[in-house]
Amino acid sequence: MSLPAAGLSRARYGSQTLHAEWTKLRTLASTGWLLLAAAALTIAVSAAADAAATCPSGGCQTDPAKLSLTGVQAGQAIVAVIAVLAISGEYSTGMIRITLTAMPRRLTVLAAKAALITGPVLVVSAVAVLACVLAGRLILPGHGFTAAHGYPPLALGHGPVLRAAGGSVLYLALIALLSLGVATAVREAAVAIGLVLGVLYVFPVVTNVVTNQHWQRHLEQIGPMTAGLDIQATANLRSLPLTPWQGLGVLTLWAAGALTIGALIFRFRDA
Amino acid sequence: MTTITPYRSTARDAGDGFGQILHAEWTKFRTVRGWVIGMILAVLVTAGLGVFLARASSPSCSSQTSGGQQGPTQHGSACAGPDYALGPGGEPVSDRFYFVRQPLAGNGSLTIRVTSLAELGRETVNNQPAGSILVPWSKAGIIIKDGTGQGSAYAAMMVTAGNGVRLQWNYTQDTPGLPGAVSAASPRWLRLTRDGDTITGYDSADGTHWTRVGTVRLSSLPSTVQAGLFVTSPQYTAYSSSLGTGNASSNATQATAVFDHVSRTGRWPASAWTGDYLFRSGEMGFQGNGYHQAAGRFTVTGSGDIAPLIAGPLNDGPAITVRDFLLGTFAGLIAVAVVATMFMTAEYRRGLIRTTLAASPNRGRVLAAKAIVIGSAAFVAGLAAAAGAVLIATDIAHGNGTSLFPEPWPAELRIIAGTAALIAVAAVFTLAIATVVRRSATAILIVIVAIVIPFVLSAPPGIPAGLTDWLLRVTPAAAFALQQPAPQYSQVQANYMPSAGYFPLAPWTGFAVLCAWTVFALAAAAYLLRLRDA
Repeated sequence: MSLPAAGLSRARYGSQTLHAEWTKLRTLASTGWLLLAAAALTIAVSAAADAAATCPSGGCQTDPAKLSLTGVQAGQAIVAVIAVLAISGEYSTGMIRITLTAMPRRLTVLAAKAALITGPVLVVSAVAVLACVLAGRLILPGHGFTAAHGYPPLALGHGPVLRAAGGSVLYLALIALLSLGVATAVREAAVAIGLVLGVLYVFPVVTNVVTNQHWQRHLEQIGPMTAGLDIQATANLRSLPLTPWQGLGVLTLWAAGALTIGALIFRFRDA
Repeated sequence: MTTITPYRSTARDAGDGFGQILHAEWTKFRTVRGWVIGMILAVLVTAGLGVFLARASSPSCSSQTSGGQQGPTQHGSACAGPDYALGPGGEPVSDRFYFVRQPLAGNGSLTIRVTSLAELGRETVNNQPAGSILVPWSKAGIIIKDGTGQGSAYAAMMVTAGNGVRLQWNYTQDTPGLPGAVSAASPRWLRLTRDGDTITGYDSADGTHWTRVGTVRLSSLPSTVQAGLFVTSPQYTAYSSSLGTGNASSNATQATAVFDHVSRTGRWPASAWTGDYLFRSGEMGFQGNGYHQAAGRFTVTGSGDIAPLIAGPLNDGPAITVRDFLLGTFAGLIAVAVVATMFMTAEYRRGLIRTTLAASPNRGRVLAAKAIVIGSAAFVAGLAAAAGAVLIATDIAHGNGTSLFPEPWPAELRIIAGTAALIAVAAVFTLAIATVVRRSATAILIVIVAIVIPFVLSAPPGIPAGLTDWLLRVTPAAAFALQQPAPQYSQVQANYMPSAGYFPLAPWTGFAVLCAWTVFALAAAAYLLRLRDA
C-alpha cells in the first residue's frame, strides 16, 4: 500500500481508504462466517416462529408479515457483532495505529468503514429477509393462515409486505451503523456488544410490564428496537405508537447519534 | 578452600497450591478497574430497572390497562388495592359460588347424585357466538366449608364440565376421580364424610359401588361446619398474544346443575336449606343465580370460581409480581458476561496467559480458580442486584398502592437467591465459552445468542408459544424459570405464557439445564486449554 502522497486528490484519497478498508474486511475469515451466521439465525428463528404459530377459530389476530420476520430480532445480534468487530478488531491488535498512520484523516476512515459495513449487511439481510418471506409464504398457510381466514399468502407485491421486508433490511443496516458508532466510542469489543444489545433488548422487555400506558407508549416510541421494528407491521397500524416509517426514523436518529459520538471521540482521542 | 553456599531467598516459599492460584486470580480480578466497574454496573442496571418498573407500573386508575378486559366480573382492580381474599395457604383466591347449605354439627356425611351440568347465559366472544366453547372448569357438587368467611378452608367433591369428577380442597389442591361428563344417562354419585379434621371424598357411577377419591386433612376445622350443594362457573377468557401486545376478552359464564337423592348422616338441623350467592362484590355476578327445590330435586344455578387467583397480566389475580421487578436481570447478566469474557480473553490478548500457565502449569486448576473467582463475584453481584431490586421495588409498589401478588417468603427467597445463582452460573458458562473460543466478541455473541435472546424473545408477548416454550426448555435461558413467581395450576385456565411469568420447566429443573450446559462447556474448556498451546 502506498503512503498518501502530499498532493493526493481528495477523491483519490477517499477511494484508497475505501480500498484499504475493503481489503481488511474481505480478508478476515470471521466477517464471512458471521454474515452467514446472521442470515442463518434470522431465517431459522423466523421459520421456527412460522411453524409454531397457530390460528384459533376465533381469528388469528396475528400480523403474518411481522411473524415471518421474527428472526430479525435474533439476527440483529450477529449483525451488531460484525459491525463492532470492524473497528474494535483494529484496537485489539494495535492495527489501528498503522491504519491511522497510513490514512490520517480519521473521519474518512470511519466513513469508509461505515460504507463498507453497510454494503455486505444490506446484501445479506436482503437475502435473509427474502428467505423469511418465502418461508412464511410456504409454512403459514398450513397453520391456519389461509385466504379463508382473511390471510392471503405473503407476497412482496403487496405494499405493506414490501414495506415490512424492505424496512427489515434497512433496519439491520441501521443496527450495523449504530453498533459501529458505539464500538468506535468504547473500542473494547465485548463492552460494545454488551452495550448495543443491552440497549436494543431492554425496551421490548421492559415495556411489556409497564402497566402505565403513558409510560409504555413513550418507551415504545424511544426504544431503538421497539420503534424500529414498527416497520414490520402490516396490520392494525393505528394501534402502533408510531407509523412504520417514523419508527425507522427513530432508529436512524439512534444510529446517527451513536456515529456522531463515535466520530467525535475517534477524531479527538489518541488511538 | 571455600564452600559456595547457593543463594536462597529468605522470602517464604510461595508454593503452587490451589490457594495460591485462587489468590492470584482474585488479585487479577480485583485490580482491573473496568471489571469491578462492570460488576457494579450489573448491580445498578438490574436494581435500577426494578425501581423504574415499580414506579412505571403504578396504578393508572382509569381501568385495567393490560389488554382489553371486559365483562361483568373483574378482580383485583389496580386502584382499589387488593380486593381479593387470601386462602388458608396465604395465596390470593377466588371464592365465589352459589351455595345451598345447612350447618353440620360434629361428624357426618352428605351424599348426592348429579344428573346434569349445563351452561347457561353464555355471552358472545369476539362478537362471535361462543356457545360451542366449553368452560371445562364449571363445577357442581358438594362442599364442606369452615363457615362462610371468604377464603376459608373447604373440601369439595364435584363434577366438572370437562374434567370429570374431582376432589378439591383449600383452593390449590386437586385430585381426579371418575372421568367423563355427567348426564342423565350416566349420572355421578358424590359423597363427603367428615370425621374430626379429616374429610373423605367418594364417587360412584351407580350409588352402590363406591370408590374413595381421597382423604383430606383440614386443620382446626370448627365442630360446626357449613355443608351443602354448590355450583360455580369461571369466566371464559380468550387470549390472543399477538400484534405485539397481549389481549384477553373475558366473559362471565353461568352453570346449572340438577341434584337428587340427597341423603345425610350426622346431626343436621330439621330446618330448610339456605341458598346464597356467596361473596358477590357489588354489581358483579349474574342475576339468575339461585336454586329451586321440588320433590327431592335441587336445581342450582351459579357462577364464579373456587380456585386460586392466577397472577400476571391478563389474569384475574394481581397483575404485578416481584418477578416483574427482576426483568432487568438480563441486562445485568450481559454486563457480568462481558466481565467474565474479558477475565479470560484479556489473558490471551496481553499474552499474560503464558505467565499464568508458567506460574501454575496445572491448567485445569487455573481454569477452576478462574471459575470460582468469577462465579463468586457474579453471585455476590447477582444477590445484591436481585435483593435490591425486589426489596426496594416492593417497597415503592406498596407505597404507590399497586396491587402486588403477595409472594410467600420461601418463594421470594428462591427468586432472589435463584437470580444470583443464575447470574453466577451464567458467568462460569461465559468463562468456559471464552476459554474455548478465546476471542471476546465471539464469546459474548455465543452467550447472548444462548441465554439473552431466548429470554428476550419470550419476555414480550407476540412470539408463538410453541417456539418460546421450546427455547425455554432447551437453551441455558431455561434457568430464568427460577424467577417464576407463582405456581401454575392445571385446574385453572389462565394465561400461563412466559410473558406472564410462567415457564415450561420447574424452577430448579430449568436451573439444572443451565448447569448441564455449563458443565459441558467447562469440560470442553478444560480439554482444549490442556491440549492447545497458549
